[in-house]
Amino acid sequence: MSDLQSQDYVRRSATTMTPPMARSHEDQVAKLIDVSRCIGCKACQSACMEWNDLRPEIGHFEGSYENPMDLGPSVWTLMKFNEYENEQGNLEWLIRKDGCMHCEDPGCLKACPAPGAIVQYANGIVDFISDKCIGCGYCVKGCPFDIPRISKTDHKAYKCTLCSDRVTVGLEPACVKACPTGAIMFGSKTDMTHWAGERIEDLKSRGFENAGLYDPPEVQGTHVMYVLHHADRPSLYSGLPDEPRISPVVQAWKGILKPLAVIGIAAAALAGFFHWVTVGPNEVQDEDEAEADRAMREVEEEEKSP
Amino acid sequence: MTRPKRAFTRYTTLNRVNHWINAGLFILLVLSGLSFFHPILFFLSGLFGGGQWARAAHPWFGVGLVISWIGMFIQFWRTNLFNRDDIAWSKAIVQVATNNDEHVPPIGRNNSGQKAVFWAMTLLIPTLFVTGLLIWEVYFGQATSIPVQRVAVLIHSLAALGAILVWVAHVYAAIWIRDSVRSMTQGYVTPGWAWHHHRKWFYQLASGQRAKTDPRKNP
Repeated sequence: MSDLQSQDYVRRSATTMTPPMARSHEDQVAKLIDVSRCIGCKACQSACMEWNDLRPEIGHFEGSYENPMDLGPSVWTLMKFNEYENEQGNLEWLIRKDGCMHCEDPGCLKACPAPGAIVQYANGIVDFISDKCIGCGYCVKGCPFDIPRISKTDHKAYKCTLCSDRVTVGLEPACVKACPTGAIMFGSKTDMTHWAGERIEDLKSRGFENAGLYDPPEVQGTHVMYVLHHADRPSLYSGLPDEPRISPVVQAWKGILKPLAVIGIAAAALAGFFHWVTVGPNEVQDEDEAEADRAMREVEEEEKSP
Repeated sequence: MTRPKRAFTRYTTLNRVNHWINAGLFILLVLSGLSFFHPILFFLSGLFGGGQWARAAHPWFGVGLVISWIGMFIQFWRTNLFNRDDIAWSKAIVQVATNNDEHVPPIGRNNSGQKAVFWAMTLLIPTLFVTGLLIWEVYFGQATSIPVQRVAVLIHSLAALGAILVWVAHVYAAIWIRDSVRSMTQGYVTPGWAWHHHRKWFYQLASGQRAKTDPRKNP
């Protein structure tokens, strides 16, 4: 969102050179969402709208607690509700705050073709620099969590910034500030992992033996983590991916094909050039014209005297 | 235009206008498409007024190309059907590539390489069009699922690579075989050119002189 702090990049989209990173000696941060403490009040959603000045269009009631029904260019975080009947036949209301996970290895950034439109700061936050966004939607294809949304108004991609503007000046994200139960915590990734460990122990002691931390290693961990009571089945929580990974199709496209294709095209052009300077052009000679004239006369004579 | 009296018509005015519309759109597509394929080529988007403009314009060039290619297909498919001569000609491809034309078997109006370019584009342009629609964010961003779009964008870039390689070969061949460019700009070739490069076509034209004045009869 903000481009105020541009000397602590660790990753920059569509960039073949090292991004400015002199001021990158900072702690990795993380937001920890403890779903077991969430009451679904949506204060985080309101706080997000308020701090970021987002006003999504008012929709219609769709028969669900989810409101609106999906993330959008102006909906950067969204409470998702799932009613799950557990093995004992009891209802569990699984509520998850959805939004950008701030992957350590961000698929959006890998797929993005616009230099500097997606960056990752040394603290781990993945940010869209909207000014440089070209609206192609490649980030949507790169993301393993289905997070970025493209605005129909300005053709830019939007998602949670982890309040990078607040974090830069030492504040916690707006959603963290607003959460009334302390279900959303923010701090260094080490501290958050440690804190999650205590919570998980507590949950296990209360019968949630599969409680655990969601910090998926397939994307080298995330800077938004969940404490889940059912960490063995993340997909229970309104489709949180069990094994989120950058699609192999995207890897083939942006990892292998991208460099090889450019080399291939350059090689083809060079092959043409060197064919030209070795074998050389194929020119019609005067003899060809003479032969052609002779052949035409022959044909003409044949036709005259059948 | 100044045109020798004995010249043969190779491409009609309609052929040529269609071809150059096609070529112009193809070049615009290559430049804008490559700009968001590899970061070292992103500067090409500046030719279109920046990244947003390149992104917005690229699909419309593509729509134009498909329409233009339909015209190309209607005009050229018949002369690009493969026949027995292509087997012999293809076997002599090394002789072709080294300008040893006396060892290359006679061929009709188009040789196997030219036919291959035509059929490759006939396959690749519709592939690019369909996959391009699937990833046309503005209008079809929500029309298909994200996994489908991922496959579409991969196929789109593979097909684009294929089309660009075919195009490089096509452009180089036009430079290499002298005076072929004139056939597509001014429409004619000399009898010697036809004799040298397309001898069977030469004999067809020579034996039917009326073909010169009615190019549509050119086989």
